[in-house]
Amino acid sequence: MNKRIRTRSIVILAITVLSIVLFAGLPPSLAGLKKNIRLGLDLKGGIQLVLQVRVEEALRTTTDQTVQALQAQLQKDNISVRQITRTGNDKLEARGVDPTRDADFRNLISGTYPEWDITSSQGEVPNTYTLQMKNKAAAEYRVAAVDQALRTIENRINSMGVTEPVIQKRGGANEYEILVQFPGIDDPEKVKGIIGKPALLELKLVQGTGSFPTREAALQQFGGVLPSNLEILESSKADSSGAKSYYVVNKVAGVSGRDLKTAGVSRDENGRPAVSFDLNAAGAEKFGRLTEENIHKLLAIVLDGQVVSAPSINSRISDRGQITGGGAGFSQDEAHDLVLVLKSGALPAGMDYAEESVVGASLGADSIRHGILAAVIALTSVIVFVLIYYRASGINATVAMILNLVVLFGAMAYFGSTLTLPGIAGVILTIGVGIDSNVLIFERIREELRAGKTAVSSVATSFSRVFVTLVDTHLAALISATFLFLFGTSAIKGFAVTLVIGLVSNMFTAVFVSRTLFEMVLARKGRTDTISI
Amino acid sequence: MELFQGIKVDWLGKRKMFFAISVALLVVGMISLAMKGHFRYGLDFKGGTLVRVKFQDAVDIGAVRKLLPQANIQTTKATTGTESNVPEYQIELEQDTKKGQAVDASAGREEVTRALNMAFAGKFTIISSNGVSPKVGDDLRKQAVSATIYALVGILIYIAFRFEWIYGAAAVFAVFHDTLVTLGLFSLFNYEINLTVIAALLTLVGYSVNDTIVVFDRVRENLKTRRREDFETVLNDSINQTLSRTILTSGLTFITVIALFLFGGEIINNFAFAMVIGIIVGTYSSVAVAAPLVLVYSNIMRPKMAASRR
Repeated sequence: MNKRIRTRSIVILAITVLSIVLFAGLPPSLAGLKKNIRLGLDLKGGIQLVLQVRVEEALRTTTDQTVQALQAQLQKDNISVRQITRTGNDKLEARGVDPTRDADFRNLISGTYPEWDITSSQGEVPNTYTLQMKNKAAAEYRVAAVDQALRTIENRINSMGVTEPVIQKRGGANEYEILVQFPGIDDPEKVKGIIGKPALLELKLVQGTGSFPTREAALQQFGGVLPSNLEILESSKADSSGAKSYYVVNKVAGVSGRDLKTAGVSRDENGRPAVSFDLNAAGAEKFGRLTEENIHKLLAIVLDGQVVSAPSINSRISDRGQITGGGAGFSQDEAHDLVLVLKSGALPAGMDYAEESVVGASLGADSIRHGILAAVIALTSVIVFVLIYYRASGINATVAMILNLVVLFGAMAYFGSTLTLPGIAGVILTIGVGIDSNVLIFERIREELRAGKTAVSSVATSFSRVFVTLVDTHLAALISATFLFLFGTSAIKGFAVTLVIGLVSNMFTAVFVSRTLFEMVLARKGRTDTISI
Repeated sequence: MELFQGIKVDWLGKRKMFFAISVALLVVGMISLAMKGHFRYGLDFKGGTLVRVKFQDAVDIGAVRKLLPQANIQTTKATTGTESNVPEYQIELEQDTKKGQAVDASAGREEVTRALNMAFAGKFTIISSNGVSPKVGDDLRKQAVSATIYALVGILIYIAFRFEWIYGAAAVFAVFHDTLVTLGLFSLFNYEINLTVIAALLTLVGYSVNDTIVVFDRVRENLKTRRREDFETVLNDSINQTLSRTILTSGLTFITVIALFLFGGEIINNFAFAMVIGIIVGTYSSVAVAAPLVLVYSNIMRPKMAASRR
C-alpha cells in the first residue's frame, strides 16, 4: 500500500473511531448512546412552555415606584405638591408644584431621576409637570424585566429538582419571550403553578375593623365612592360557607416582597402548616414603624392581589411574620410551594402562555420507533439498489454511506445538538443526499470508461470534475438549511442542524473516503484492468 | 447494469406540452384552494389546542362530543403501543379571538381535561397536548413566508453568481413553481400545513435546485466546446447526458422519503408527503420548466447572445 493511501486510511480510521467514541462512549455501548445523544421533547416526552412577559406591567411598576419615591423625596425637601399620579405605563404627572421652588424641582428631577424627560403643562391645575420615561430607559427596563423573570424562573425550576431543564430567552428584539423545557415531566398544571405564580407579597393596612361579605357592602362604608388611596381586595380562600370576604385596604403596601430576606415552612398556633418570613434591614425598619403606629388595627397579608389572612397587630413587630392559611389553613404542599416561590423572588410582571406542548413518554417512544424503522428501511433499500446497479463499487458507496452516518452522529454528540423527530427525517434525507453524491461520481466514472479511458484516469478525472458540482449542490442546500435554522422553532432547528452536519460530513465521505477506497482497490490492479462499476 | 444509455429525447421540443402540464397542475391546486377558502392550517399557524386522548375501553364518540360541543373531534390512527384496536381521539379546540381577551395557550388542555373528567374520570390518558396562542400562530405564518422568500432570493443570488443571471432566474422560477404545485396538492388532498411542512418546502428549495444545477453545469461545459451549435440542441444534449444521473439521484432520494412516508408514523407524515411530492415535481421542473425558460430567453435575446456568448 503506497504512502498516500496509507495516510488517508489512517485519517479515515481515526475519524471513524473518534465519532463512535463520541456518540456511543468508550467502550461503545447502548447506555453510552443514550447518554451522548440528547433527545428532543418529542422523542423523550416532557413539557415545553413559551411564556410572554408582560413587560408593560413591569414598566408600570417602575413608574409606581418612582411616584412613591418622588413623593417621599419632595416631602423631605419640603417642596409642596398637590398630587403625583401615574398617568400611563411610562408617564406620571406632578400637579401643583410650589411655583417658588420650580428650579429646585427641575434640578431634583434631572439630578436624581435622569431617566425621565420633564415637560411642564398648564392644565386646570397650574404648575403641572409631566414626566415621561426616556425611550432608551424604557427599553432597558423591558429587557431587564425579562432578565429578572428568567432568573426567577430559573431559581424556581432549580429548587424543583428537574433533570436537565432548558430555560432561555426566545424571540427577536421586541418579543419578550422565555422558553422553558421540562424533559420527562407530564403534569403541566403543577409546573405552571410554580413558574407562573407572580408571588408578589404585600402587607397592607386594613381600613375598618373587619371584612365585608360583598364588594358592594364594602363600598357602602364610603358612600359608594372609594377614596383614591384605598382599594378593595378579595380573600384568596372562601370560608366554610363557601363565600369570599372583601377587605378595604390601603393601596400602597407598607411592606412588600422586596423586603423579604427568606421564608420557611412553620406551624401556626393550631399546629397547621404555615409560612414564616424574615425581613431584611430596610424592611424590618418599615415593618417596625408600621406596626408601632397601628396597634390594634388589622394588617392584610396580600399575595398576588388576594388577601390570605388579616391578623390584628398586637404589638410592634419588626423582623419576622407568619402567613397562615386563614380559616381553612394551608396543606403541607401549599406551604411548601409558597415558600419556594417566595424565596425565588417575585416575578417582575405577569406572564402569558404563548405556547404549551406536552408529550407523554409513550408517544415519544413510539416516535423513536417509527423514526428508526423508516431510517432502516430507507438505508437498506438504498444499499440494495447500489449493490445491484453498481456491482462491487456499490460496496464503496455503502461504506461511504454508513461512515457518513457515523460521522454525523459523532458530530451531533460533540456539539450537543438535540435529536428530534424532524431530525430523524433529516438523517433519512442525508442518506438520500449522500447516495446522490456517490451516484454523480459513479456515473461520471462510467462515462469516462465508456469513452475509453483507463480505470485509474477515469476515477481521478471524475472525482475532480464532480467535486465542483458537489460543492454547488451542497452549498445551495446549505443556504436553505441556514434560513431554516434561523427562523425555525426548536424542533425545526433540530432538523436544520442534522441536515447541515450531514451535508458537511457527506462532502468528506463521498469525496475523501470514497476516493481512498477506489485507490485502494486500483492499487492492486494492473494498468489496463478495469473496475467493477 | 445500465438503465439510461444513449437516450436521445427532444425535451425542449416538447416544451409546450410541459407548459400545459404545469399550468394544469397549478390550476387544479388553485381551484382546490379557492373552493376550500384557505389552506388547512395546522396548530402552528392557526392557534388553538390539540389534545390526543386514549381511552381505556372503546367509547361512544357521540358521548365525547356532547361534553365538548365546540370542539372538533376526530378518530386518529393509534400512534402509541401495539393495541391498535382501541382508537385514539384527536380533540381540537379553536381559540376564540373575537372575545378580545389575552389568549392562554394552556387553557385548552384544562378545558378538555375538565370536560372529560365529568364522564370519564380515571378512564383516559392524555397522550399529548399542544397549545398555541393565535398571535403566535400569526407570527409564525408571517415568518414562514419571509423565510421562504429569503431562501429563494439566496438561491437566486448564488446561482446567478455561479452561472449567468438568467440561469439563476430560471432555477428560482422552477423552484417557485415546485412550491406552488406542492401547496396546491396539499390543499387538494386536504393535508395539514404546519411548521414541519414549511421546513420540508424550504429543504426542497435547496434540494430541487440540485438537478437544475447538474443540467446547467453540463450546459456550461458543453458550451465551452460547442459554442456555434444551435442552443436548443446543446440544451437537449445536456439534459440527455445527465438524465441518467438525474433520474438515479432523484430516484434514490425518492426511495428514502417514501420509506419515511410509509413507515415514519403519523406525526411526520405531512412532512414526508411534502418531500415526496417535492422530489417528483422538482425533477420534472428542471427539465420542463428551467431549461425551456433559458431557451426562450436565449431565443428572444438571440441577436445579443450570438454576439457576446462566451
